[in-house]
Amino acid sequence: MMELWHNVIGRLPFDWAQYAFMHNALLAVIIITPLLALLGCMVISNQMTFFSDAIGHATLAGIALGAIMGMNDPFWAMIIFAAMLTLAVTFLRRLSTAPSDAVIGLVMAFAVALGVVLLSRGGGFARYSKYLIGDILTIMPPEIFRMLLVVAAVAVIWTLLFNSIFLAGLNRSLARSRGLNIWPTETVFALLVALVVATTIPWIGLLVINSMLILPAIAARNLAQSMRGYIFWSIGLALVSGAAGLLSSYYLGTATGATIVLCAFACFVATLVFRKR
Amino acid sequence: MGGKAVIEKINLHIHCGELTVIIGPNGAGKTTLLKAILGEVPHIGKLQFARSDRKEARGRPKIGYVPQRFEIDAHAPVSVMDLFSATLAKWPVWFGHRRKITEAALKMLAQVQVAHLADERLGKLSTGQLQRVLLALALTPAPDILLLDEPTAGMDPAGAALFYDIISKLRHDYDLSIILVSHELPVVAQFADRILLLNRTVLCDGPPHQVLSNKLLVETLGNDVIIPAPPAEERFTAHNRRRQECDTRSATGLPQRSTP
Repeated sequence: MMELWHNVIGRLPFDWAQYAFMHNALLAVIIITPLLALLGCMVISNQMTFFSDAIGHATLAGIALGAIMGMNDPFWAMIIFAAMLTLAVTFLRRLSTAPSDAVIGLVMAFAVALGVVLLSRGGGFARYSKYLIGDILTIMPPEIFRMLLVVAAVAVIWTLLFNSIFLAGLNRSLARSRGLNIWPTETVFALLVALVVATTIPWIGLLVINSMLILPAIAARNLAQSMRGYIFWSIGLALVSGAAGLLSSYYLGTATGATIVLCAFACFVATLVFRKR
Repeated sequence: MGGKAVIEKINLHIHCGELTVIIGPNGAGKTTLLKAILGEVPHIGKLQFARSDRKEARGRPKIGYVPQRFEIDAHAPVSVMDLFSATLAKWPVWFGHRRKITEAALKMLAQVQVAHLADERLGKLSTGQLQRVLLALALTPAPDILLLDEPTAGMDPAGAALFYDIISKLRHDYDLSIILVSHELPVVAQFADRILLLNRTVLCDGPPHQVLSNKLLVETLGNDVIIPAPPAEERFTAHNRRRQECDTRSATGLPQRSTP
């Protein structure tokens, strides 16, 4: 499969098309950006923007714990830590009297502080700055494959639970009167967001991951009249800004994740002009 | 919170084809009662659902619910059909709508005179149109009990009149038990089969001509309330005859105490 991909892209008459790392990066962008955009639609609808941002930042502690345990690739430490934080937020929300966003802010601050403290022991923080900015140009086929597994998991849960998540975000009373169990639905969704965010952070960077999640969806809202339009516009805009961002970053020599986010922001500004009344 | 009972000692039977209106001052627990029926607030006591064959039905009755305020983001990219599709099927909304769902939805939307708005965004609908869409949604699939929490709040008089006309017709067509919370006494007097005066417990319960002439009504709602003339009594003898026929197909005993 990968050979076919290298063959096809390698034939393109562009400067960047002769490098294998660009082939890998392009494939990763084509997988990651729609995945984030798809989840982003429901993150916006269910008012979880701050939550997803917090999870992104909090994976820093997961990276730190992975490093302490001597893992070369802190993938699993990040996933497990993100999942634990998600559950912590869900439980604290139910137990505490503080508003939801305050609880999320609290958990995020704790996890970021923990991450920075652990990673800066002995002044070695600079080694981990790649997680802040992300580097999609170093992605390798096994990691792309891992991404595809996450896509498969999202696809299954998305098919089974999409309507429930959508309804819970639209109106809770209505959802409950339809026999929907909101708490488990929202927890599964939050775990899914945590999984995807933790998986994609090494390539996109935790500073901009949330923008990548929500920007295409926000832009799509300006154009869509229905859920179908919302999701498809969001995926389309994510793909366009992903490809444009990757190629611009190649020619400009900039960090890819942030460049993609700037392209997505440009898309958002453009949709303001065409927005529905 | 705090474990204080909001409403207590409530015991009533709701019959099919009957429009019961709950009135009472603010904070009387009207919405709480509806939410207790929905199972949204914890309560002591139980709901019993009896069918005409006198066997107790299994599980909970199907409840259609139109919330008091359907707060929705005006710019949310959600069409009327999306709302139906998400509620009625597991098939993800954005994959497209199933024909069976579309047909059922259009049929019910036509009943409440909003079929032409099926592809419209929810945020573009007027208050009256949105409430009728929600009514159609609550009626698909046909419920045993329909709960309406101040459904005409914020509507213009024409819209409210249309809404009550539709409700009134549906009650007979579908043999529905309707429980409606309302502040609008004139409308209540015109359409209700039965009025329930609630202030933390049931103060008064009966057909409109009884309740509207009860002095507890003025005591509870205040002196400045304008009490409409109750409709003629004979309207209800016909109704009561029908009630005997359908008997207790959907009778319910309501929760006795409720602690949110």
